[in-house]
Amino acid sequence: MNLPPVTDLIAQLTAQMRPHITPDTVLVGIHTGGVWVAEVLHAALGLATPLASIDASFHRDDHHIGNGLKSGGRASHLPGNVEGAHLILVDDVLYTGRTIRAALNEIFDYGRPAKVEYAVLVDRGGRELPVAATYCPFAVAVPASQSLDLCRGEDGQLSFSLSEK
Amino acid sequence: MNLANPQFNTHGELIHLLSIEDLSRDILHAILDRAEPFTAVAEREVKKVPLLRGKSVFNLFFENSTRTRTTFEIAAKRLSADVINLNINTSSAAKGESLLDTVDNLAAMQADMFVVRHASSGAPYLIAQHLAGIGSNHIHVVNAGDGRHSHPTQGLLDMYTIRHYKRDFTQLTVAVVGDVLHSRVARSQLHALVTLGVPEIRLVGPKTLLPTYAAQMIENAPLRICHDIGEGLRGADVVMTLRLQNERMNGALLPSTQEYFKSYGLTPEKLALAKPDAIVMHPGPMNRGVEIDSSVADGSQAVILPQVTFGIAVRMAVMSMLAGGSQ
Repeated sequence: MNLPPVTDLIAQLTAQMRPHITPDTVLVGIHTGGVWVAEVLHAALGLATPLASIDASFHRDDHHIGNGLKSGGRASHLPGNVEGAHLILVDDVLYTGRTIRAALNEIFDYGRPAKVEYAVLVDRGGRELPVAATYCPFAVAVPASQSLDLCRGEDGQLSFSLSEK
Repeated sequence: MNLANPQFNTHGELIHLLSIEDLSRDILHAILDRAEPFTAVAEREVKKVPLLRGKSVFNLFFENSTRTRTTFEIAAKRLSADVINLNINTSSAAKGESLLDTVDNLAAMQADMFVVRHASSGAPYLIAQHLAGIGSNHIHVVNAGDGRHSHPTQGLLDMYTIRHYKRDFTQLTVAVVGDVLHSRVARSQLHALVTLGVPEIRLVGPKTLLPTYAAQMIENAPLRICHDIGEGLRGADVVMTLRLQNERMNGALLPSTQEYFKSYGLTPEKLALAKPDAIVMHPGPMNRGVEIDSSVADGSQAVILPQVTFGIAVRMAVMSMLAGGSQ
């Protein structure tokens, strides 16, 4: 399967998002890959608001089967006032939809935003919940036997790796 | 249940927290790492995460406690568990029901976790073994202090506090001042400090409370007995004071509280012998003017109240690890 280079995907995603950005829009990267993508988008869009990040482990529905908290979890860093904010959640890959479900729950523990959107680099199909991305430049069907991960090299370059589980 | 070490199941996962002694350095750090994000939960609009949603946690306190019981209750509630506090003095135990009969009844009420404090050393072990025997392995046991044996979550929250302020355990000199030999808090602290690689641990107190053989309480550990508090505190990075238990007075081990304060009470003058950035800890409840002077307890080097706050995060970490792991 051929995936476009990450730089191209980020450029397309930036172009999709730009018309909808307001001076108060806050980008929220979902740990870990989503934070890397959000860092690049934040610079490309020239946002004045601080970049936020979120760890959805506390709200995962699969921690009892050993997935949710394996990394120990990190603290979320959200803007001072979530109440009434325009947030765009950023992730690398949209798959089952469980991460974004957990991330939304996490957000609402901090307050009631006016609007939450969802930007993702790749939609790999395989949804288990009824969710869709607001902004997504590329969709491809990846079999459940394979995992698609965003990696960051020592030089800071982002790339996708596809491997058998 | 693993018979050699009932804290772990056959897959090596932590299912009960009974004592610190058998936990490796990796597991101790894993618990402290897990606790870190939980400290931020208290700063949210909604001070709750759903990790223990739908679970029933029973606080079984057969011995008095305010701080420990309250912080366990807050921790369980912040994890969204249902918490049931059993007031043992008015419960059937006061009418003569045995410990294990009480446990059987609570197991029949679909309990998921017992937080146990008991005056007898080994009571939480007995409960864990009994649960395995009746096929109720899915019920987790957390030791909240048993006799003179262990108080693992206190030991863990103390380690969290030290790591928070000092980062690296392997460069530290730690002084533990007071009735080390008879204290379950000290026992848990010492095992954790040794496992985490602290190179110098000084046990400070009078000969009647701290006989020379106390240095052998943990094999091959860097324990040093100091009967002189000046020697004990000089150059220390961490000063852990212990509560002077009144029963030691009745046992004629000490002449008087005033005498103890004069020799071993932590005053600003004595603290000045430790490093200028040394932190002062106390597990509570404090006896001001006995083991610690008020100006030290309220001073800038004291981290006694942060210990209480960290205690909630550490107890959340332990409970979520036990109940969140696979069975």
